[in-house]
Amino acid sequence: MPDEKDSRTTPADAPEANGNKLRVIGVPRRRVDARAKVTGQTRFADDIFLPRMAHCKLLRSPHPHARIRKIDTSRAAAHPGVYVVLTGKDVPIQYGILPVSQDEQALCVDRVRHVGDPVAAVVAREELTAFEALDLIDVDYEILTTISDPQEALTTPEPRIHEYGEEGNIHKLVALEFGNVEEGFAEADEIFEDTFFFQGNTHLPIEQHASVAIKDPEGKLTVWSSTQTPHYLHRALAKVLELPAAHIRVIATPNGGAFGGKSDPFNHEIVVAKAALLLDRPVKICLTREEVFYCHRGRHPVLMKFKTGVKRDGAITGMHLQTLIDGGAYGSYGVASTFYAGALQTTTYHIPRYRYQGCRTFTNKPPCGPKRGHGTPQPRFGQEVQLDKIAERLKIDPADLRLRIVESSNSVTANFLQLGTVNLAECIRRVAKVSNWKEKFRNLPEGHGVGLACSAYLTGAGLPIYWNKMPHSGVQLKFDRSGGVTIFCGATEIGQGSDDVLAGIVAEVLGIDTFDIRLFTGDTDLGPVDLGSYSSRVTLMAGNAALQAAERGKAILREAAAEKLQVPKERLCFAGKRVFDSAAPEKGLTFQEAVCLAEARFGTIGTVGSYTPPTSPALYKGGGVGPSPTYSYSAAVVQVEVNSVTGWVTVPKVWIAHDIGRALNPTLVRGQVEGSVYMGLGEALMEEQEFRRLPKKLSHALVHKFPSILEYKSPTSLDMPEVVTELIEEPDPRGPYGAKEVGQGPLLPIMPAVANAVYDAVGVRIDEIPVTPEKILKALAEKKAGRDPRFGPTDFPHIHWPEALRVPPPWEGGDGHAVNEVPRRQKSRQEKEKVLAS
Amino acid sequence: MSPLPIASQKTSQIRFTLNGEETDVSFAPYKTLLEVLREDLFHTGTKHGCELGECGACAVLLDGQPVLSCLVLALECGGRQVLTVEGLGEDGHLHPLQDAFADLGAAQCGYCTPAILVTAKALLDQNPHPTRDQIRAAISGNLCRCTGYLQIFEAVEAAMLKIADQKSKVR
Amino acid sequence: MMRLPVFEFRAPRTLQEAARILDGERANAMPLAGGTDLLPNMKRRQQVPRTLMSLRHIQSLSDIELSPSGLRLGACLTLAAIAGDPRFRNGLTALAQAASLVATPQIRNLATLGGNVCLDTRCNYYDQSYEWRKSINFCLKKDGTTCWVAPGSSKCMAVSSTDTGPALMALGARVRLVSHSGEREVLLSDLYNNDGIDYIKRRPDEILAEVLLDSLQGWKSTYWKLRRRGSFDFPVLSVAAAARLSRDKVVEGAHIVVGAAACQPLAAREAANSLLGRPLNQPAIEEAAALAARIAKPLDNTDFDMTWRKRVTAEFVGYALRELRGDDVRSERESFTRYAFD
Repeated sequence: MPDEKDSRTTPADAPEANGNKLRVIGVPRRRVDARAKVTGQTRFADDIFLPRMAHCKLLRSPHPHARIRKIDTSRAAAHPGVYVVLTGKDVPIQYGILPVSQDEQALCVDRVRHVGDPVAAVVAREELTAFEALDLIDVDYEILTTISDPQEALTTPEPRIHEYGEEGNIHKLVALEFGNVEEGFAEADEIFEDTFFFQGNTHLPIEQHASVAIKDPEGKLTVWSSTQTPHYLHRALAKVLELPAAHIRVIATPNGGAFGGKSDPFNHEIVVAKAALLLDRPVKICLTREEVFYCHRGRHPVLMKFKTGVKRDGAITGMHLQTLIDGGAYGSYGVASTFYAGALQTTTYHIPRYRYQGCRTFTNKPPCGPKRGHGTPQPRFGQEVQLDKIAERLKIDPADLRLRIVESSNSVTANFLQLGTVNLAECIRRVAKVSNWKEKFRNLPEGHGVGLACSAYLTGAGLPIYWNKMPHSGVQLKFDRSGGVTIFCGATEIGQGSDDVLAGIVAEVLGIDTFDIRLFTGDTDLGPVDLGSYSSRVTLMAGNAALQAAERGKAILREAAAEKLQVPKERLCFAGKRVFDSAAPEKGLTFQEAVCLAEARFGTIGTVGSYTPPTSPALYKGGGVGPSPTYSYSAAVVQVEVNSVTGWVTVPKVWIAHDIGRALNPTLVRGQVEGSVYMGLGEALMEEQEFRRLPKKLSHALVHKFPSILEYKSPTSLDMPEVVTELIEEPDPRGPYGAKEVGQGPLLPIMPAVANAVYDAVGVRIDEIPVTPEKILKALAEKKAGRDPRFGPTDFPHIHWPEALRVPPPWEGGDGHAVNEVPRRQKSRQEKEKVLAS
Repeated sequence: MSPLPIASQKTSQIRFTLNGEETDVSFAPYKTLLEVLREDLFHTGTKHGCELGECGACAVLLDGQPVLSCLVLALECGGRQVLTVEGLGEDGHLHPLQDAFADLGAAQCGYCTPAILVTAKALLDQNPHPTRDQIRAAISGNLCRCTGYLQIFEAVEAAMLKIADQKSKVR
Repeated sequence: MMRLPVFEFRAPRTLQEAARILDGERANAMPLAGGTDLLPNMKRRQQVPRTLMSLRHIQSLSDIELSPSGLRLGACLTLAAIAGDPRFRNGLTALAQAASLVATPQIRNLATLGGNVCLDTRCNYYDQSYEWRKSINFCLKKDGTTCWVAPGSSKCMAVSSTDTGPALMALGARVRLVSHSGEREVLLSDLYNNDGIDYIKRRPDEILAEVLLDSLQGWKSTYWKLRRRGSFDFPVLSVAAAARLSRDKVVEGAHIVVGAAACQPLAAREAANSLLGRPLNQPAIEEAAALAARIAKPLDNTDFDMTWRKRVTAEFVGYALRELRGDDVRSERESFTRYAFD
């Protein structure tokens, strides 16, 4: 290992390395919070116990869609042990994660939109008492028509689940065209049209969401919560509770897994805050597993149609993607998800002309939102499976085909995404090599197969959730006379290792040990804002902010030390808890001495750093979704064994190469890759967020089929294959020490690689996720009968798309704006006026 | 003054050995071992993810055997030995499993970790040299959503070697 | 956190005392053995007994008596104890395999043989919280009037999900039921009813105290379980098979039981009888497999597609019989169990 580290060169534009050798960065290390985790001392939200603490339970709607006529809480309120019962009128103000979708209420006021929508809250001395009292609340509902899926939403405009959105039960329509796609198809030698379906699935963090709220000794509100986005929760609390944000403190407790499922402000968080203020006593809620399924915000079910034109050599001439997205009952991140479903197609392979049409509908199910890969795994699945079909028809090896068309570093895509380093080709070559791809592909015995797929993912969203020009991430450092350094940052530890990233970078710059560093993170009172642990943004953004703060601190210390040592500043080296002359290492000071000198000379030492992403060249409406400082790339090969009689699938081995830029802590990076492979295999083979519509003649019920961790199938230790992880490390100058993301990207190629491997094994296409034995067997039956050897959707419904925003790609002289944006706006205004007039 | 609600009445008591210490506790009789550990004894190292025996996060050792504390009545624990993650370390040192888990990335979010640690301890107590397959089987009742298990297997193997090494030195 | 409802707790020391308690409480009391099925059901308010009577303190219920004439297994033996006992091989292999494939290692350390034999029938419409069941206006098995699996049915269609039940049935097991008024021995195949609610003939005042097996000298047995994952999951189909072959490999005795395909384990008698007097060759196996699959009636209330589950039945019977014939089917088993058994 050390040899490998020594041979690694530091890029010219990377921050100055200490003596050209990194001592912390790139070295496999025990993470800073590891001891807390292995001793059970990490304090998760539900581990907080406070004197006089009361417990909250939510009464949830048993109906998928109904009007609330009346709620009578008197019996519950009189139940012994109950402190207070809240209803929607106590917290009526609407909120939501996106400014354009402020469509949630902490407790429903007049309408419930899915089974599990909360309508009342009981706060009691014991949780059991609160639970029992729920049954004493009488709610009079007027049942409304149940809308179970997007097809039904399209054909059932009334009743509307929400009074906003495009029309009827269509929440969002997107239509974008980059270059003339029809011309692209005309140039093509072959046109491929394929429909795919990607079933919804959920995050299933093992920690169930929990929150504790208090009115603090000064009379202000403090909320501890298992949230990935304390800053956004902070804003939602201020809005709904009508309190000055400065009087609210949100502390994101370490999350026991999140995966995107804890990145919305949630009703239960608002309810306990309200109750704590009313009662002036601590109030806790910890959701049951079933309730976590109702929070959801997981992977959207997406029906997709890909039309792709290719030349005989594999070059893509044009692509047209349509998506129909099942959004569930609320907006959540859905508008962003709808854009994301079309945004990243262009980041892996060169697509000269591209049209995207996306439609998100409301349905009476728990709202979908961002899950690991947010919006992009579904179309990535379709794209990569279609490429496998294209390769076969063109008689080109799928790895070779991809190598021919990969995008290159620093290019701008058709939809104006500015790429950073692109090492996808190296990922493909490496994974093909270590998996023996060439020997295996189409050569394994019947029932055995390999599949390859690739992907890309953001390293942090380029824009914040709400429009502002402030930094996305801030870090403050306090340098103490003791020689210790304290990091203050809003970044949230959700298990991914964000604390370790911050400590590692600061320790590297200052030449100290991570153990000399104390961290205060995820606390809106203590640290500067970091937008949250989502979109794989923390390593790059909070990392760069930490790097800047540390470099600024180092400069101050260097000034003082140089004077004392009488050594030119640029010769000073920070390493081994010392500041010394690189030309004469014995000449130096301890780090602590350097801090004391600096403090004596400059006063109290504190520095700040912040990070704002570069502005994106995508200037068209909707261009805010997709830009990122840089993108990670992955390529995976999955091997499968398929039993041709039962369709039973097993995955013995996965190989994956990931373009990470630089692995700050290789131990954690490998964990993120393997964890992504794991979750991807779950999605590929068994995980489904499925709903049950009871027979319409008998019932209006639409229920989650199995909101339990037993029946929602998360792979066990026995289901996990061997994984070979290859890291491609070419530092990207945009990332701290060259680092790019790793938390989400490696999940993306797994699902299509599994489907492609099944085809290699038994010659049937499963154009639907998950790939289950039933589907394989049905496709095998089709094959046997001489029909299309395939399982998957055949039709994409007719949707009345708006006129596309036409954005000429860079190579057609486009400037990032739509050429028809203004006319379209006028047109819609004209249409509105027409409607008003009639 | 209103009477104490029945759910709040700590009418049951047991004496049992918790992490090697004789412990008395009073609790409401409907509570499981999980609830009593966390809520009455504030041993919050033991986690929960479903309370229905479907995730494994609440595993503790009961008389040396890994069991799910959400499925054991506290009333049934009188006189018995309970070991939780808080009791894993010895003489002020982490247990070799804890060290290995910390060093090798076996704990990401750390939520399933305490249960896996005690389960792995029981495995190594009974079988000091388990194969990879035996490790996979032993923790097949503990869902982990973060790691994909591989670094957990490796950590158990590393701890196994360290324990064997320590034993040979003692000899 | 899911919480138990409030209950009275009793912990008798003898079987007689336990029988007396049940006699007094009747349907208001339920015996608690491992608790791994009953306690989750109570947390979901599917079962809300006023009294829980622990069987754990009755020493005799954890005994194993092995004699040349047969075997007596105390009902409170844990599944881990059975799975790990090297005496349970050959004729008893199916039982050890079934026990080892139940749920998870931690659950097998608690769950008991008697509890698994008496396991409540399961259904996607029933194994849900009180709130969830309210949202479908409940179901026939508990608090409702409609069986949502088959809305026209007057019978509850919940699925027998015991692993050890089919295995023990294939081994010809009997059970000893003890009550205050006396005791009786029942052939296990007679203990079950094909009714999701009234699935077991154990009366509420009876304790299933022992499982009895005659000597299985000369028999071989095996258990195949279908489930999505390598752990946790209940069977969505299982096949237990036992056979005694003559020296020239002709079938002298055979039992095939299909589990998790109806409200009770189904004895595939016609299939088993079709093998008698024949060698276990491919035609005989295929015929028996087809006959056994015919009786499997999986419905849409478990994991996996019901027609697919039925389809796998024949395949599993084939694996089981080939295994009993002496074929090496370890790779097939490993593929389904995702674990290499030693």
